[in-house]
Amino acid sequence: MSNSKQDWLDGTWAKATGRNPQRRPRFESSSGAEVDPIYGPEDLAEWNYHEKLGYPGEFPFTRGVQPTMYRGRLWTMRQYAGFADAEESNRRYKFLLAQGQTGLSVAFDLPTQIGYDSDSPEAEGEVGKVGVAISSLADMETLTDGIPLEKITTSMTINATAPILLALYVAAAKKQGADLAKIGGTIQNDILKEYIARGTYIFPPRPSLRLITDVFAWCKDSLPEWNTISISGYHMREAGCTAAQELAFTFADAIEYVDAALNAGLQFDEFGGRLAFFWACHSNFLEEIAKFRASRRIWAKIATERYGSKDPRAQMLRFHTQTGGATLTAQQPLNNIIRTTLQAMSAVLGGTQSLHTNSYDEALALPTEKSVEVALRTQQIIGYESGAADVIDPLAGSYYIEALTDRVEAEAWAYLSRIEDLGGALQGIEQGFQQREIQESAFRLQRMAETKERIVVGVNDYVTEEEIDPDLMRVDTALGKRRQQSLADLRAKRDNQAVQAALKKIRAAAGTNENMMPLLIEAVEAYTTVGEICGVLREEWGEYREVMTI
Amino acid sequence: MADERPIRVLIAKPGLDGHDRGAKVVARALRDAGMEVIYTGIRQTPQMIAEAALQEDVQVVGLSILSGAHLELFPRVVEELKSRGVDDVLLFAGGIIPKDDITAIEAMGFKGVFGPGTDTNDIISFVKSNAPQRV
Repeated sequence: MSNSKQDWLDGTWAKATGRNPQRRPRFESSSGAEVDPIYGPEDLAEWNYHEKLGYPGEFPFTRGVQPTMYRGRLWTMRQYAGFADAEESNRRYKFLLAQGQTGLSVAFDLPTQIGYDSDSPEAEGEVGKVGVAISSLADMETLTDGIPLEKITTSMTINATAPILLALYVAAAKKQGADLAKIGGTIQNDILKEYIARGTYIFPPRPSLRLITDVFAWCKDSLPEWNTISISGYHMREAGCTAAQELAFTFADAIEYVDAALNAGLQFDEFGGRLAFFWACHSNFLEEIAKFRASRRIWAKIATERYGSKDPRAQMLRFHTQTGGATLTAQQPLNNIIRTTLQAMSAVLGGTQSLHTNSYDEALALPTEKSVEVALRTQQIIGYESGAADVIDPLAGSYYIEALTDRVEAEAWAYLSRIEDLGGALQGIEQGFQQREIQESAFRLQRMAETKERIVVGVNDYVTEEEIDPDLMRVDTALGKRRQQSLADLRAKRDNQAVQAALKKIRAAAGTNENMMPLLIEAVEAYTTVGEICGVLREEWGEYREVMTI
Repeated sequence: MADERPIRVLIAKPGLDGHDRGAKVVARALRDAGMEVIYTGIRQTPQMIAEAALQEDVQVVGLSILSGAHLELFPRVVEELKSRGVDDVLLFAGGIIPKDDITAIEAMGFKGVFGPGTDTNDIISFVKSNAPQRV
């Protein structure tokens, strides 16, 4: 009988692997760190329960941010959706709500995200393709038609144009007669990761950060239930980085935003409670659970130790999760249902506040109604049938999970201090640091698949001959023309003097510290378009240019 | 005697999507295979891509797109290339491109369309065996 892990490794394990070697010489985490065959009490020798975990709803929130977690209510099931025009997307939202989805998540098309109206030359070919085209309040009214905005929370994946889309949402809610104190939701509003990985930036960093802090300041008083930012690791992970890099790069961005808000005169505890986070969930089932748990502990430390937070709400890391789009395969697409199920299970065991499950056909095209339904049902089956949601943080105390949580945390802190040495997230971006790190990790993953160190079922092993794609979603190609017509009609019938006056005010405020939000609301209420507002701001602020790293 | 100068390749991202993981991985793999690779960065108009292909005197142009706008944007790139007299380059494409669209893309003059999960060695040998000789 072995008396310790070392004893066992030297004896029983060595003898067994001497006879039959492991199926791989080395097992690794996503960052390439070696994983032992077994974990035990020795791995948690210095480990202190109260310091590392505590209890749900209490510092350092490792076990979850709410005291009741999923016993109170399940996570918000929030499928990211949007395509074509506002009318079609409104129909998809009503379908999803009728199927039991509990919150909306709006995908905008690329022109809307980059501040071009549907009739702009830059928008050609892109209108309504990856999300819904929203150019004016008329579109936002259609998008939210028949959906009570006081009762439903809406998440909007929008960054460079986030303040304008928020202004549109607020204007639509006001038209419904809603009380703004009851309007809840989230805008992504995270520009730094756009420079690093996602690419829908418009303006240079300084005015972009100013718009973000304007949103923080305005929402604090006028839209108190709104999550003003969703600081996102998702897209950096999708671009190829590791779990620990995902955390570190995201917290570096968070620190940049908090510092900008403090410089603008806000107090951390005033806005800290409205910061939300957004993680990816990739395929390493246990490492991802550890990552979610580590993320809460890191943020609680940043909030208290760095920013002196006294308010627990500002120390809790609340997050949305999306399963890993980059883990989906175009080959044998039904296998993606299984991948997504495992990833969703990780997110639930990791204590997510809301969840998007990818549809099986998304490596091929936008999802169909049928595939989206399966994705939503996956969450419902986990929530109602699996029992995984019945006990809070059920994997706590597992030697491996705790050792892995500690390790992901340590790796993330190490990266974070490297970024601090460069002068922070923005300096790192300008030097191409995060971009290069992500590229390196992406290339390593690609090579590992090509040498079969990493098996991707159906892609580099267990390959079958496949015939045709399943039925794919297609966006109507005549949409661009219809949108051009409807914008021409809008520009002809609105009060163009009011539009010009609103744009003049925005131009004048661009060079000052005046909060932009009231001006944007005034402009969109006069049916000024997203492209017109961004056109003025482009003239005033210029545009960001990509840092080339390859 | 065979031309032993390295093959020059332009990897470009037309349209507005920022998904550059695939483009960068392919650029890096072709470079590691000894080619000279110019990567344009994201959000390139068809004019910008054609101009870069002309200025950089490339033999190969690879387009990467994940926004679904390939059927609109690819023909415009081809047209801009032709209008600059660049009609002898090897064209290939990658991204989220439904199989149904491949015939149409091939008809525009693309010799290869590579979807998710492609082994970069396949792209390397494709480029090596199809790149036109320099004149």
